[in-house]
Amino acid sequence: MIMIFGIPGPLLFGQLLLGLINGAFYAMLSLGLAVIFGMLNIINFAHGALFMMGAFVAWMLLNYVGIGYFPALILAPLIVGAFGIVLEKTIISRLYKLDHLYGLLLTFGLSLVIEGLFRNGYGSSGLPYRIPAALQGAVDLGFMFMPIYRGWVVLAAAVVCLATWAVIEKTTLGATLRAATENAPLVQAFGVNVPRLITLTYGGGIALAAFAGVLAAPIYSVNPNMGTNFINTVFAVVVIGGMGSILGSIVTGFALGVVEGLTKVFYPQASATVVFVVMVIILLTRPRGLFGKAA
Amino acid sequence: MFGFSRPQLIAFLVLLVLIVFLPFVLYPVFLMRVLCAALFACAFNLMIGYVGLLSFGHAAYFGMGSYVAAWTMKVWHVDASIAIALGGLTGGILGLGLGYLAIRRSGIYFAMITLALAQMVYFFCLEAPFTGGEDGIQQVPRGFLFGFINLSNDLTMYAVVAVVFLGGFLTIHRIIHSPFGQVLKGIRENEPRATSLGYRTDDYKLIAFVLSTTLTGIAGGTKALVFGIATLTDVHSSTSGEIVLTTLLGGLGTVFGPVMGAVVMTSMENYLAQFGAWVTVTQGVIFMICVLAFRRGIIGEIGNALKLKL
Amino acid sequence: MNVSRRAITLGGFAAAAGTIAPLTAGRAQGKPTLRVGCLTDMSGPYKDLAGPGAVSAVKQALQEFGVAGKGFDVEVLVADHLNKPDVGTTVARQWFDRDGVDVIVEVANSGVALAVANVAKEKNKVYLNTGAATSDLTAGACSPNTIHWVYDTYMLAQSTGAAMVKSGGDSWFFITADYAFGKALQRDTTDFVTNAGGKVVGSVTYPFPGTTDFSSYLIQAQSSGAKVLGLANAGTDTINTIKQAKEFGIKMRLAGLLLFLTDVHSLGLEVAQGIVLTDSFYWDMNDRTRAFSDRYSVNMKGTRPTMVQAGVYSSITHYLKTATAMGIEKAKLDGAATISAMKAMPTEDDCFGAGSIRADGRKIHPSYLWEVKKPGESKGPWDYYKAVASTPADTAFRPLDKGGCSLVKA
Repeated sequence: MIMIFGIPGPLLFGQLLLGLINGAFYAMLSLGLAVIFGMLNIINFAHGALFMMGAFVAWMLLNYVGIGYFPALILAPLIVGAFGIVLEKTIISRLYKLDHLYGLLLTFGLSLVIEGLFRNGYGSSGLPYRIPAALQGAVDLGFMFMPIYRGWVVLAAAVVCLATWAVIEKTTLGATLRAATENAPLVQAFGVNVPRLITLTYGGGIALAAFAGVLAAPIYSVNPNMGTNFINTVFAVVVIGGMGSILGSIVTGFALGVVEGLTKVFYPQASATVVFVVMVIILLTRPRGLFGKAA
Repeated sequence: MFGFSRPQLIAFLVLLVLIVFLPFVLYPVFLMRVLCAALFACAFNLMIGYVGLLSFGHAAYFGMGSYVAAWTMKVWHVDASIAIALGGLTGGILGLGLGYLAIRRSGIYFAMITLALAQMVYFFCLEAPFTGGEDGIQQVPRGFLFGFINLSNDLTMYAVVAVVFLGGFLTIHRIIHSPFGQVLKGIRENEPRATSLGYRTDDYKLIAFVLSTTLTGIAGGTKALVFGIATLTDVHSSTSGEIVLTTLLGGLGTVFGPVMGAVVMTSMENYLAQFGAWVTVTQGVIFMICVLAFRRGIIGEIGNALKLKL
Repeated sequence: MNVSRRAITLGGFAAAAGTIAPLTAGRAQGKPTLRVGCLTDMSGPYKDLAGPGAVSAVKQALQEFGVAGKGFDVEVLVADHLNKPDVGTTVARQWFDRDGVDVIVEVANSGVALAVANVAKEKNKVYLNTGAATSDLTAGACSPNTIHWVYDTYMLAQSTGAAMVKSGGDSWFFITADYAFGKALQRDTTDFVTNAGGKVVGSVTYPFPGTTDFSSYLIQAQSSGAKVLGLANAGTDTINTIKQAKEFGIKMRLAGLLLFLTDVHSLGLEVAQGIVLTDSFYWDMNDRTRAFSDRYSVNMKGTRPTMVQAGVYSSITHYLKTATAMGIEKAKLDGAATISAMKAMPTEDDCFGAGSIRADGRKIHPSYLWEVKKPGESKGPWDYYKAVASTPADTAFRPLDKGGCSLVKA
């Protein structure tokens, strides 16, 4: 057996692959955060709570209405996205002229409310959500047993991330968006409804989080705390990648998943902390993040 | 005295009277909890309110202060005054080290770096054997003050906590109204201008940070003595979040705001403890209302209505 | 009976009048009031296995004991310890000092449990723990004011560990939560496994709380070649580990070192089938447990009680018997004396049958090894376990002289 750093090679490959799967979630969540930060200048602390809502809506669709996994993959993001739009219209839009900190504090409060409500309603020991029949089973890769569903998660995440990146970087809509970020009054003068654009961006970012939530539902039990467990890491990803950088958050998301996966082999206790070590190092050496533009 | 304006002096005297007489009416242990939280909030307010830097990791200093005081008290059987002082010293030294790294960044990056450093401190506390993992350091004796004052009585302990709180409160007030404090406010309003006037702003920020973390460590150490326990909760990021809420609720950058915030938050936690998750829901709602409707906080809004600086 | 939800009265200015008054008023009327504080997890990971069900069990015990005709009142107070030892001590102190609570029951979470034990001892009150796992409560941290009612890490480790080795599971790998309880569980189980001739080939300790993805640890376990995977964790973590073990096709035998009925319910039989676990109570054991559970279900929307909730019922019933026998006023006055009287009287109730309490505060009864049924074997809702083995009461727990409890005379 090949040994790498005293670890059997197959085990290490397995860990790399698992890291990539977790990285897929980080990438999707941090992508939404980055888009929202880029457009709205809001640090959306409620992102984790909305991710959790995505999973819960999928669960509710199944148990109350009888709608299965694949339709939920479309419907849940739409529903939660619409909820996000309402939030933006009613609450968040009042903060644009203020310091970042107020946005952070408001959305922090928002996440407490959402999580608390779900905890009251559904307890916190988690609700089961089955893997859809079409994606059950596993493939033997030789060095590890790969559940088909996990493979599907990486694939779906990669497609969604690339699509989002393409929309923002390669389409007219994306160009308008980026222009509005740079100089909103000017874009408005060209006849673009900038507030609506902002609202839709927020809704879009939230829908991404909810999409990730639905993907996560069959893997973890649907649990009011599932967002809290992710949110700190995802923040670190956004900061490391460069606040507001789309590509940065995708690449960093996958990369940090791998770093975390390797830590789980060498020093498992530290696997939740390693991202913060990376974050401090990056902030001290490249304050704008790996992919961020200079201010 | 201490640079109090007339209305502030009146407010301070009211506070003093309440501190002296309330323990005879209300449960002293509850009041001690309020005072520890109030000192913590005042120390935190020194950074956010007067330097304009939001630290999202103040629990690290509170928790470490609490652990060190508890440990020295339980294992070395030191005097209560020494334990509290060591708590403060721990906060200060940790603040010097971490602050040295953190003050190089400002705004949201400062918040993020303090958060990350605090997470590392949390990890240290989780792994280090002396903290006792999730059991914490329990059965910490209150011991004696200056060798002869027995603190096991709640009212005696209360008197000590009240003195520690007032000492910290007045120190902070003194700092703010010193020339040093004026420079801090100058940095908050316009850092490049302060730099161009020849002030080494980084040094000022670092000193302010260390002062803040020292007082935070004292608050943590006192808390450990009062309740006889130091736990991971004290270093956890939720404590960092709570102190932000406390200060915001009372009024950022006001003298009495953090105290008011601590009173309201602690009472609320106390009253809502039976309702389970409703605590977080209520806190969240208050947080949102604060940010949306009265960003000045309770004391800030009262001061604004009365056209006074409180 | 007066069951109120006034847990910790408003800490603000209104509190003073409302809380001091009843203490004196009660005696003046000549009808004493016992105050029972149920301190539990109402919102966190142990909500389902203890929480509201435990509160309901307290009320059921009061009702079935028939407090009304006995010449005293009982008031129930409820609080959430949020799984924080400091919250636990604060509430306990406040209850004893200010609200006149005489007995605290439940307290799932070992850290909080130890903290509350200290306060109960300091204030000389009664503390009946049913939810915590740590065997320290009857060892180094034992107290004349504490009874540990249902189970502990020693009991779990012995029953599950030794039985697995006996049936061929002689090599183990542990997935352990990085906190005192997880480590204690691993340590105790390791002793039994090695004593029975098995060996532990490896273990991995993961960050707690906050870990949701266990796949990495499962792969490490699989590649170790061990036959048995010991899960030294609890609640949601155990649930997630088991689910993911199934997903990744882990072929090891799973040993749930601390798994409750509600966890199995949440997992579903499809995923949980075949897991071996230890509980000291199961609702479908005999006619008496079934009768008790039926009465419990009426108040709890059809759910079945866990051993922790059954323990709350059992312990409060025994406490009421003792308090009535020795006189309410006397029981209120001296917690240690009440506990001594409880130890002197044999226990008897629907949940655990006949039992007794040892000098170190350990309530003893048999422990049972269960296997989770296959979906096909289950005849109805909550029909989850089939019996595998049992350990008699006198050997189910750590021998009296091995714990190092100061209350045990050498």
